[in-house]
Amino acid sequence: MIEVDALSVCFGRTEAVKSVSFRVARGESFGLVGESGSGKSTVLRAVSGLNPHWTGRMSIGGELLAPRRSKAFHQRVQMVFQDPYGSLHPRQTVDRLLSEPLLVHHMDNVERRIMRALNEVALPASVRFRYPHQLSGGQRQRVAIARALMPEPHVLLLDEPTSALDVSVQAEVLNLLADLQQARGLTYVLVSHNLAVVAHVCSRIGVMQSGELVELLSADDLRAGRTHHPHTASLRELSIELEEPETARDH
Amino acid sequence: MLVEIQNLRIQFRTATGVSEAVRNVSLTLGQEKLGIVGESGSGKSLTARSILRLLPSNAISTADSLTFDGIDVLRADERTLRRIRGKRAGLILQDPKFSLNPVMTAGAQIAEAWHVHRGGSRKAAEQAAIELLAQVQIRDPQRVARAYPHELSGGMGQRVMIAMMLAPDPELLIADEPTSALDATVQAEILRLIEDLVSRRGMGLILISHDLPLVSHFCDRVMVMYAGRVVEELAAAALTRARHPYTRGLLECLPALSHRQTRLPVMQRDPSWLEV
Repeated sequence: MIEVDALSVCFGRTEAVKSVSFRVARGESFGLVGESGSGKSTVLRAVSGLNPHWTGRMSIGGELLAPRRSKAFHQRVQMVFQDPYGSLHPRQTVDRLLSEPLLVHHMDNVERRIMRALNEVALPASVRFRYPHQLSGGQRQRVAIARALMPEPHVLLLDEPTSALDVSVQAEVLNLLADLQQARGLTYVLVSHNLAVVAHVCSRIGVMQSGELVELLSADDLRAGRTHHPHTASLRELSIELEEPETARDH
Repeated sequence: MLVEIQNLRIQFRTATGVSEAVRNVSLTLGQEKLGIVGESGSGKSLTARSILRLLPSNAISTADSLTFDGIDVLRADERTLRRIRGKRAGLILQDPKFSLNPVMTAGAQIAEAWHVHRGGSRKAAEQAAIELLAQVQIRDPQRVARAYPHELSGGMGQRVMIAMMLAPDPELLIADEPTSALDATVQAEILRLIEDLVSRRGMGLILISHDLPLVSHFCDRVMVMYAGRVVEELAAAALTRARHPYTRGLLECLPALSHRQTRLPVMQRDPSWLEV
């Protein structure tokens, strides 16, 4: 479904992404993990068309991607961002936010589609005429996901979709993403610095460090510690150490 | 006791009536590390900030007693409060991008904090700033002292913030989600640094976070808040034996790397939690 070959992105003289290659099958979830500045979000922004300055070869669904994307591309590929405060227009109601992608893509049955989308992300119909500031963080992220789903995309690019949310809300949103994938056969690319979140959602994971993809492995291998690169091993060790509550003081 | 709070209530007057943000919270803190954990809106930040009386102007706070080292914070005048704020109790916020002055170098900001609270010559303050940067484990303190906040990474910015808070040698440090804007590796480094400095200097620490397992690694005691109330308080090492369903829910809804779950348990909120 998604093929990325030797993708490089430069900002001035800094190489933010250095010849990264990976493939994602239809209906699969692929995760990119790494620390801040490792280039994981830059990869996602190049795939989504937000940054046209890249070199290499990328294709989605067999169609080769040019720096400038067509309208049809944006119907098939949608993106969800980390901060729902920043990604929803503050002066538009949920109704307007959800109907805009439909107008852009000349889609019919606006009424029915909005009600279906709200239902699908488990929001009550009463939020339809509210503004983003009247919603909680979790509700706002649900609206952002509903909006991304409006053009009926095949691919969803998720950039840290739960790191601005409370842990209880994170669980609800992660379950929602799993349900949507099953119902619609979506392909996900998820970027996060949280290994547990990525391993929960994705079956295959790419580990990035200073712009390079240093390891590709399955979520099961990551859980079991079957890692090859020392960076993957150190990220895993830290994540496991901190996720277990303290039981006995070791100092 | 460094901090003693009895029956703290914080209310906000809204268009539709009065909303209760903190209800009957009591806590005592000595030279120890206390974690306050809860979701957004649980009142954890308001509770900690009330110790410095740093609440929004429309907040109404009352308490049977609220003292910092014997000083009645609720009735203290601004002069008295200024001698606590920043000097005897430091506050570290989530994002150093917003709490550092963008047009002053890191060194100048730390030197200013030193100079304001301790006096002395400009030269001595600058020297102290470099020593403080070394204490927060910055390898090249001279260079960082000359850098502006935008030239620093998030973790480095947070170290500068900590150095600034340590300048007046405070007795209490309040860290409000100090690492939520940082990634996992840096998060652990900063929390270890805070824990280490607090232990070595014999300070009190209030660490506010929404990540319960994480907090338990760096605190002695954890207080769990829900809807403005304390629902459970326990030793950090006894977290796995938490009884309250809300505390259990916070622990269980996290995805884990060590084992696979097909679905994450979702918190079922019980109205009876509001009657504690």
